Formats: sequence, structure tokens, C-alpha cells
Amino acid sequence: MTARRLIRFGSLGYLALILVAPVGLIFWRAFEHGWHPFWVAISNPDAVHALKLTLEVTLVAVPLNTVFGVLCGLAIVRHRMPGMGLVNALVDLPMALSPVVVGLSLYLLYGRQGWFGPWLTDHGVRVLFAYPGILLATTFVSLPFVVREVVPVLREIGTEQEEAAATLGARAFTTFRRITLPAIRWAVAYGVVLTTARSLGEFGAVAIVSGGIAGRTQTLTQYVQASYDNYSQTSAYAAAVLLAGLAILTLLLMTKLRPREEVHGNRGA
Amino acid sequence: MSQLAVDAARLPRARGRALGRPALSSGLALGYLSVIVLVPLAALSVKGAQGGWHHFWQVAWNPESKAALELTLGLSLAVVAINAITGTALAWTLVRDDFPGKGIVNTLIDLPFALPTIVAGLTLLALYGPTGGVGVNVAYTRWGVLLALLFVTLPFVVRTVQPVLIELDREMEEAAASLGANKLTIFRRIVFPHLLPALLSGVALAFARAIGEFGAVILISGNLPFKTEVASLYVFQRLNSGDEQGAAALAVLLLVISLGVLLGIGGVRRWAVRHDR
Repeated sequence: MTARRLIRFGSLGYLALILVAPVGLIFWRAFEHGWHPFWVAISNPDAVHALKLTLEVTLVAVPLNTVFGVLCGLAIVRHRMPGMGLVNALVDLPMALSPVVVGLSLYLLYGRQGWFGPWLTDHGVRVLFAYPGILLATTFVSLPFVVREVVPVLREIGTEQEEAAATLGARAFTTFRRITLPAIRWAVAYGVVLTTARSLGEFGAVAIVSGGIAGRTQTLTQYVQASYDNYSQTSAYAAAVLLAGLAILTLLLMTKLRPREEVHGNRGA
Repeated sequence: MSQLAVDAARLPRARGRALGRPALSSGLALGYLSVIVLVPLAALSVKGAQGGWHHFWQVAWNPESKAALELTLGLSLAVVAINAITGTALAWTLVRDDFPGKGIVNTLIDLPFALPTIVAGLTLLALYGPTGGVGVNVAYTRWGVLLALLFVTLPFVVRTVQPVLIELDREMEEAAASLGANKLTIFRRIVFPHLLPALLSGVALAFARAIGEFGAVILISGNLPFKTEVASLYVFQRLNSGDEQGAAALAVLLLVISLGVLLGIGGVRRWAVRHDR
């Protein structure tokens, strides 16, 4: 009994000290003088622009990675082709890779002296320090989540129903829409939630490729950093609380969606 | 008869259609993966390898980068050790213990996954920084960096160990207890060996995350060379001072470490599956 108590208070105490207290404190700091200072800080034009940019990037990156995630999941599970082992390994890489490495890779590819740099400059296309660069970085880091959720479910459901549908004359797309998609929809939904959270919160990769120009290429996470560095703590806390609020919303959605699927290991952020 | 023959003739083709057009969807997936992930990493690797092996080491290996890499590895190993204990304890509490608010605690575990890393760093600074008011100030210290890494890696071990603990058959533990084994012996001899593969892949994920973490440490570390500058900060710093080659060299090392950890996790999984049978 005493051992159980010790483990309980030890582990919960650790959680409280490292997670609950710090996160709780920034909410308190953001609202300690009421809603008004929070509102003033968050309606600052740079903050509003940063939020809009973050949402614009997320709204493109998430659908892209969702369509890719389902296609890639199907390719990994159903099509035993040469090269699929490599695909399977590569899909996990963004989860284990430092965001700085991601940002630097994009910088070296699209930068002025990069592989595509001269061509892009000649044709007047801006990738770095502009929307496309931020989108590429965000898509890179949030790529694995839908694939990783969809693959185990596809493995589990097997191909019997799909084969039956095809035998009855259904076309490939009809089979996918009527049989496969309903079976994997909760896994896709869970993956979408994780992808969204990652896209909204990406910092390191974007920090390298965006340039972080306030009011132009600054995302909300970068706005938090810039505000803190400029000793404007109220703005930093307000934007951080907004992001934390979105994270908690994500968490609630995750809890709602999870019981429908088996809890499984490999889930990173 | 003839109808049957027609059906039979259709079967194999129909089966092929049920699986979609492998070449098309696999090709699309591979193409997308190449554009988004593979080509940029190739650009990085080529830049890093520019000038040959000898040059690579000359650029990658200077006192500052060496200090950054050593600090990163040391901190990541500390993160592994601490997470192995606290993660297992948390998973144990969530599976075997019962207390009010357990559901909330279970949800909270995932918060570091959902919370943007820069916000994680800011929250830690708010409480344990110069203006925290709790009598500690870890800003610009290695303790601060360690704290940030512990924050972002908290869920990994819990979420890999928890499902195994749920599935674990308690009969063996009861049998051991009835034979007079004490709790520590039961844990060491029966529970722990079952948890080991999950624990290993959990700490490996935490290790990979700690090696590359950037957002959570940038505010709290103060980025002091030889003191709190971790590898990712070093790469960022090099790039900002226009040294693309130096940044790429250390980034390639980080890439190799990440790949190694991923391969290691794959190995642990295959080993665990073999032992299950």
C-alpha cells in the first residue's frame, strides 16, 4: 500500500511540477488583470496577421497530408512493391528529425545558392521568406501522422470486403468510398487532429525558412518568440495562451476520438 | 455453366481492381514523399558532403560544435534515464492505481504533444525563470534545458508502456505472490521483462526528440556557447552567421542519429514480435 502511494504521489507530483503548474501559470498570467489586456494584446495587427498566416498554412498543409496519408497508407499496406520498405521508413523520419534540420534542408534547396534557387530567381518565384516556404516546412513536419494512424487500421480490416465489392462489379473508387473509407474514417480523423496540432505549433523549421518578418511572414509561434525577445511579455503570454487553448481543444478531440481505435505505440509530435 | 465461367474469369481482374491501381497510388505517394522529404534531405546531405570526407570533419568538428554535441548527447541520455522511471511510474499509476481525476490525468499526458514547443518553453520560463516567484531560476542554465527536454518528451514512455501494462496478464503476478515473492521481485522478474520492448521504444523516441529539440529550448537556454548551446541551436546559429557549410555538417550528423534511432526502434519491434511468439 505504501509503495503504491509512493508511486502515485511521485508520478503525479512530477506531472504537476513539470506540466500542470507551468501551463496553469501562463493562463493566470494572461488573465490576471482580466480579459481586457488579453484582448488588446491579441488584437494587435501583427498578432492578427500571424494568426491568419498560421491558419492559412494549416488549412493547406492538413488536407495535403490527409490525402497523401490515405494514399500512402494504402500503398504501404496493400501494394507490396519494391521500394515500399523505404517509403515506410521515410514516413517516420519527420517525427524523429530535428525541425532545424528540416528548415536547413529546405533553405539549402530553395535558397539563392540552392539547387532550385537560380531557376526560382529567374522566374520570380519566392519560396524562402514567403508563404510557399512556410507551407513546405509545415507539410514536412506534419507529414507522418495520418499515415501512422491509417496503416494499422488498414492492416486490421483486411481486403475481404473490398474484394467482395469488386467481385460484385464495384469500380475501384466506389469500393474505396463505400468500403475502405468508412472503415478508416476514425483513424483518419485522429490523424487529422494530430496533423493540425503539429501544423499550428510548428516553430523550428518555419523559423529558418520564413524570415519571421512581423506582419508578413511571421507565424503565431514566431510571434510568441519575437514578443518575448522584445520584452513584451503580455503579448507573448496572450499569443501563447491562444495556442495553448488550441492545444487543449486538440487534446479534447483526441480523447473523444481515441476510444474508437486501439491505442497503439508509435505516436510522436 | 457459361455464366459461372464468365464470373470465374472476372474474379482475378476484379481482385486487382479492388486493390486500386497500385502503380498510380504508390507512384503518387512516392512522388509526394520525394518532393516534400527526400529532395530537401538530399540537398542537405550534398551540401554537408561538399568538399569530401576530410573537409566534412574539419567543418563539423570544432570545439564549439563538439561541446554542443556532447551537451546534447549527455542531456538526451539524462532524459532517457529520467523518462524510463517517471514514464513507467506514470503508466503504472494510470493502469493499476485508482484515484479521482484519473481520466483528466490520462488526457493531460498528451498535452506536450499538442502544445507548440515555443509555448512549452515560455511556460517553463514563466514559472522557473527569473520572474517565476518560486525561488528557482533555471533560465540560461543546463538545468533549464533539461527541464524543457523533459517537458516535451513526457508522453513517449507513458504512451508506449501503458498499452502493454493494460494487456499484461495478472495471473502470473498473483502466482508469484502466492509463492512468496515480494513486490519488488515480482516487478523485476515478471512485469519488467514484459515491459522492456515497449520501454525501449519509448525511450528511443524520447531520445530522438531530445537530440533534435529546438523550440522548447530556444528561450530557456539563452544560447550560450559551451554552456547551454545544444546541437540544434548550434545549427541555427551557424546558419544565421552565414556559415551554411558548418550548419549543414552538424545537421547531417543529427540526421544520421535520427535515422539510427529509427532503425533501432524497428529492430526492437521485430525482436519483441519474435519473443511474443
